[in-house]
Amino acid sequence: MIVNENTLVLGIETSCDETAAALVLGGDDVISSVVSSQIDLHAEYGGVVPEVASRAHLESLNPVVARAIVEGGIDESRIDAVACTVGPGLIGALLVGVSAAKALALAWDVPFVGVNHLEAHLYASFLENRTLQFPLVVLLVSGGHTMLVEMRDHGDYHLLGRTIDDAAGEAFDKVARYLDLGYPGGPAIDRASEAGDPDAIRFPRAMMDDGLDFSFSGLKTSVVNHVRRDPDVSSVDVAASFQQAVVDVLVHKAMRAVREVGATGIVLGGGVAANRLLRSEISAACDAAGIGAFLPSRAMCTDNAAMIAAAGWHRLRAVGASPLDMGAFPTMPLIEGAGRR
Amino acid sequence: MLILGIESATESVGVALGGHDGVIASVEIARGRRHAESIVPAVEFVCRQADVRLDEVAVVAVDVGPGLFTGMRVGIATAKALAMAKRVPMIGITSLDLLAFPVRHSDRVVVPVIDARKGEVFWAMYRQVPGGVQQVMAPTVGSVEDLVADLMARGQESLCIGDGAERYRTELSEVHHVEIAGPRHPSAGALVELAHARALREEWIDQREIAPVYLRQPDAQINWNTRQVRP
Ligand SMILES: [Zn+2]
Repeated sequence: MIVNENTLVLGIETSCDETAAALVLGGDDVISSVVSSQIDLHAEYGGVVPEVASRAHLESLNPVVARAIVEGGIDESRIDAVACTVGPGLIGALLVGVSAAKALALAWDVPFVGVNHLEAHLYASFLENRTLQFPLVVLLVSGGHTMLVEMRDHGDYHLLGRTIDDAAGEAFDKVARYLDLGYPGGPAIDRASEAGDPDAIRFPRAMMDDGLDFSFSGLKTSVVNHVRRDPDVSSVDVAASFQQAVVDVLVHKAMRAVREVGATGIVLGGGVAANRLLRSEISAACDAAGIGAFLPSRAMCTDNAAMIAAAGWHRLRAVGASPLDMGAFPTMPLIEGAGRR
Repeated sequence: MLILGIESATESVGVALGGHDGVIASVEIARGRRHAESIVPAVEFVCRQADVRLDEVAVVAVDVGPGLFTGMRVGIATAKALAMAKRVPMIGITSLDLLAFPVRHSDRVVVPVIDARKGEVFWAMYRQVPGGVQQVMAPTVGSVEDLVADLMARGQESLCIGDGAERYRTELSEVHHVEIAGPRHPSAGALVELAHARALREEWIDQREIAPVYLRQPDAQINWNTRQVRP
């Protein structure tokens, strides 16, 4: 199969709490992108409940796919391939998407492409910045992952560093819950921090000058200890100071990674990439260093299927189709043998 | 009228193709790889064996549960996607109906029992009536003790079938008028036969209306409800 700028890929994403479908032409031209969020379903539990997520995916998937096709204004016979997240994620949730995607590929007689969700987050930036030049440093920060990756080419990744305990997004969620700021935690901390003083409390910056790995569990603990010692402390000050500590570490290590590999720029990906402080500080640091800062739009930071279709297009071109007996891989690493913590 | 049947609500996975002449091709995997890996290749396989193109399928039938949540969802997601892409209607049949079908001529009360894990089972009851079977008790979920108590209270000659009946053979055998026999898992062949009969009466629905039969709330919701009852 020839994969080129006319190749139209339907992307499907069901790895966590968003049911999404999108049509992307030629790997970077988003024809349509539909996301049905389940945030409200999970909010009352303060976190994603796997069984609730799986049920909602099954209910929403076909309508979401149908809407992506209608909004794309194309006939479904034009679709050249179906790409779907096969991991990492919640196994029951992933399997809904994988099953439907393989069935659609079979019914339309087009290739099926299994996509790594983490790799797809990198492609969110490629969708919006067509001038990216390798090598790049990718800072991937979400509720499940915090990693620095050197990208030498499409599909050529080298892990530079990762969290040794909590993911950054996980720390945001836990601290937001502890401070009663709401769910999901990332946007809640971001909002609360606006009214707070980031220098009010000097929280520790763990492993700041120690390699490219991260650690956030100590920071979370010191937030809890601080509030216990001083129950009257302003929660917006705590939120702002906590956020500043996380961002300081992320930016510091990302810039060190850039120097180590001689990167032309930083690509930001994952849900935490929507954080306003992280975005402005990464941009400022990249400007100062004279390199590019590639930030996906905030809609592209959270889970969506356009990035799945884009990554699927690249995978189809480089590796080819995936077999129809492919299952799902809940702990799938971005780089073989490196993703599990 | 060709029917494609997909069944994956228990440990077994089945895909069958059939119509006026009964089942013309089928695959049953009693206990193999994970459901999601087997179903689409099984659909390809039965089509090839029967020398049928997917375009010739008029109705997609699916086992809508109750059963293992992830397993049944995989089958339903596959079936719904096929029906949407091929623009054909669907027929959903419960796993309990499917288990009862092969023993429908029994003069005893037919009680399909599906293992629901966590010490619980899904069951329903059927009785032969002139011209077919009638459900005398709607699908439910409960502990094995609940089922035993139900059978004892009814005191009727009963036939328990399915993996739940096998698993709790000891408990169910103690009820003196109960026998355990029949198929262990629902079959895709039964699905195609039952669906064909319904298709002839045009009792099909759009894929959007196919809903899984869970009978159980998600785990977190159960905790939440208990918390509200007992503050
Ligand atoms: Zn994600």
